[in-house]
Amino acid sequence: MTFLAKPKLHHPSAPTNALGLTRRDYEGAISTLCAGCGHDSISAAIIHAVYELGLPPHRIAKLSGIGCSSKTPTYFLGTAHGFNSVHGRMPSVLTGANLANRDLIYLGVSGDGDSASIGLGQFAHAMRRGVNMVYIVENNGVYGLTKGQFSATSDRGSKNKKGGENVDSAIDLAAMAMQIGATFVGRSFSGDKAQLVPLIKAALNHKGAAFIDCISPCVQFNNHVGSTKSFDYVREHNEAVNMLDFLPDRREITADYAPGTVEVVKQHDGSLLKLRKIHQEYDPHDRVSALGYLQQHTAAGEIVTGLLYVDPDAQDLHDHMQTVSTPLNALDDAALIPGSAALAKLNAALR
Amino acid sequence: MSLHAINDFVVRFANVNGSGSASANQLFAKSILRMGVPATPRNIFPSNIQGLPTWYEVRVSEAGHMGARGGTDLMVAMNPQTWDKDVDSIEPGGFLFYDSTKPARDLRSDITVLGMPLTDICNRAYSDARQRQLFKNIIYVGALSALLGIESEVVETLLAEQFKAKEKLIAPNVAAFRLGRDYALEHLPCPIGLQVQRRDKVGDRIFIDGNSAAGLGSVYGGATVCAWYPITPSTSLAEAFMRYCKRYRTDADTGLGRHAIIQAEDELASIGMVIGASWNGARAFTATSGPGISLMQEFLGLAYFAEIPAVIFDVQRAGPSTGMPTRTQQCDVMACAYASHGDTKQIVLFPEDPHECFEFAAQSFDLADRLQTPVFVLLDLDIGMNERLSAPFAWDDARTLDRGKVMTAEDLDSGRPFGRYMDVDGDGIAYRTYPGTHPSKGAFFTRGTSRDEYAKYTEDGAVYQRNMERLLRKFETAKQHVPRPVRRDAPEGARYGAIYYGSTAPAMDEAVEMLAADGIALDLMRVRAFPFHDDINAFIASHDRVFVVEQNRDAQLRTLLINEGDIDPARLIRVLHYDGTPITARLISTAIAQTINAAKIVPLRKAVP
Repeated sequence: MTFLAKPKLHHPSAPTNALGLTRRDYEGAISTLCAGCGHDSISAAIIHAVYELGLPPHRIAKLSGIGCSSKTPTYFLGTAHGFNSVHGRMPSVLTGANLANRDLIYLGVSGDGDSASIGLGQFAHAMRRGVNMVYIVENNGVYGLTKGQFSATSDRGSKNKKGGENVDSAIDLAAMAMQIGATFVGRSFSGDKAQLVPLIKAALNHKGAAFIDCISPCVQFNNHVGSTKSFDYVREHNEAVNMLDFLPDRREITADYAPGTVEVVKQHDGSLLKLRKIHQEYDPHDRVSALGYLQQHTAAGEIVTGLLYVDPDAQDLHDHMQTVSTPLNALDDAALIPGSAALAKLNAALR
Repeated sequence: MSLHAINDFVVRFANVNGSGSASANQLFAKSILRMGVPATPRNIFPSNIQGLPTWYEVRVSEAGHMGARGGTDLMVAMNPQTWDKDVDSIEPGGFLFYDSTKPARDLRSDITVLGMPLTDICNRAYSDARQRQLFKNIIYVGALSALLGIESEVVETLLAEQFKAKEKLIAPNVAAFRLGRDYALEHLPCPIGLQVQRRDKVGDRIFIDGNSAAGLGSVYGGATVCAWYPITPSTSLAEAFMRYCKRYRTDADTGLGRHAIIQAEDELASIGMVIGASWNGARAFTATSGPGISLMQEFLGLAYFAEIPAVIFDVQRAGPSTGMPTRTQQCDVMACAYASHGDTKQIVLFPEDPHECFEFAAQSFDLADRLQTPVFVLLDLDIGMNERLSAPFAWDDARTLDRGKVMTAEDLDSGRPFGRYMDVDGDGIAYRTYPGTHPSKGAFFTRGTSRDEYAKYTEDGAVYQRNMERLLRKFETAKQHVPRPVRRDAPEGARYGAIYYGSTAPAMDEAVEMLAADGIALDLMRVRAFPFHDDINAFIASHDRVFVVEQNRDAQLRTLLINEGDIDPARLIRVLHYDGTPITARLISTAIAQTINAAKIVPLRKAVP
């Protein structure tokens, strides 16, 4: 971490986005994580994505649990409300917040301990309910704040810093999310900004439960030889199935592509996902075959990344529950209280 | 000698779970109410869906006593499994009504046996097995109406109302009722010594269970988010909210709902959703029971410390652990009052009946928003799941929802300083903003870690302590907002007092009359909330000794009173009942009379020769 705060003044020629904001306006407090932490790269990718999309930062609610990853919402979007809740319970707090105001954008940030161990249940249920959110797991396979214990996403056979071997099976959160109903699932690597930023942008524009499993090496406790979540290991075993470009609207498609190499997916809000296929047989709309592909390649020791699954016409929790379009926290007394006449009628029926 | 009583007796139905007896029994209770005579039913049921014994007890009391009385004057024994115990439990001189298709032998000689071949009658009248089962229940209601003098028009009107939506069912039900009534008139010694006579003692009171009342109160209190996990005896509270939302909160044009109800995966998620929704400015609640409160502890500490409103209905059942899931107790007082690790104090409300369940439910959302903290509403199975005669619900249309101290975008732009945890008004309550309020002002980070007045993380001990002191100041402020205790003194005042709360109220009311008849005067104080109002300490100080009557083993409210008021424990005498049945006036009056007599204190009235 650094103790040198960045100056608040912006460079007068700093570029601005559609809202007239500079990239600096999307930053938060100075990170207190270790120098070189993968999580800081993810924070930077979030800042980059939200800035380029031109979203007003205060309309985003940042929620997290407990752990290194859950500290990061302090380090981006400083003008947004944040909620650092309890360990493993961010999904329920985010779900409640989403119920209260469907008009905000919900960004949940969690870690592998927070989501795959203590919070596995809540992680699963938020996915199956289709809560409209972006849920990012900053996955380093290790408990950082308590100094280096294996987490539930550590691969069997992976070694810790002292040479101890993990004997438990790993939980693949991306595969799990796909299986139980997430409608947008991606996996990326904190060291691959070109892949991560478009994924975050697309996820932010997805209506429904969007999940990104982002491998994020822990420089302090999980970046050694023998670890399967080190920078070197992830680079060597990264198998991207596609490359995504996120386009806010159709006018931006200008180039022609060879048939079969690019697919354009339109999401509910009109935004477009331009997918350049790397593995021709991979179909990110077919949950069943995608899951099979994932499992085959995981068994072969590969880390499959890219946009793994998307249902562009997904519905969210509010659609399922048929709630009114006005955010529930904005309903006035007249909309909420049935009044004395209704009560008198009810009293009469109870005699 | 057989019992003789008009409008003052207890009828107990011994049934088999799942046999369809519930609605027939309710019909019986309601018919007495319609004759203007107060009647109080209680379900005694097992943690089971079908096949196990269940009882339904109706206390008929023209005097209006609504607590459990104890004992049975007329047993309607429909369950062979519990036959021996049921017959044994009848008061000497009492009555036994049973299905004599298989006649019973060697019955007690000190009771009147009323046999009616119900199975035989049903088998002759109906061919369908389910009909035989269901109509048997209506047939015995018909017989009881003849035996007890219940007017047949009243029952027939009730049947017509009950099946208003399924009109085809009215005639067969009325026929079954008449079948039973006519048989009894012809073959049984009608009327028996226990009689219902028409009075006008019910007035405008309504008949409803506390869980439904609390669900309705939540609608009136402006709750829009409910997250819950099924657990007896609280389930019907969330279900009532669902029902009333469907009725009162469905947009007429679009059919869309102005509410969001989630059956969560567990109680942790329930309270997490409530906290997330409340943080974001919606009124939210959960309904649970003791095991759920145990699970929620960590989140409750977060809500206390990060100062997020939340409403938690705890419909208490007998603990610890799974305990007796279908039996009543007041055993979660301490678990709620000091919920979570670290130094915490939570707001707790104690409604006495469905009327207060409605009132306190609606008020709890104002309190939670005003005080920015969790508010517990402690019902129990006795008032939660049983229908009770209570004052009608009332609502003042001029009343508005109190959202508490919330700064808007205009407030922020006006230059008013904003510090999320800054006590600008001196009452310990700081201002908050909802997420998304303003592009550049008023955002803050909510966390369970310590922080300064501007919500910035800190481990500075002095800052931490200042915040903890402010939370105490806020709790002091709460005393002026929560429902005040209700004091009722004996006509000439008394040296002894009694403190009680929640569902103990009707038994206490009756006990004080019984004691007065024995020359023992008692002043009463009904506690309705924690933090305790100063009135309560004053009440204790102004009496030699004060009985604390409650339904748990460890005298939890007494402990809380001693702890919070620095009261000499010797001044507070325990009166406890915790076997899972509702407390009775007999138990309270006996315990109090024994203590007073043992202390050789001559009751004031008897001191005069």
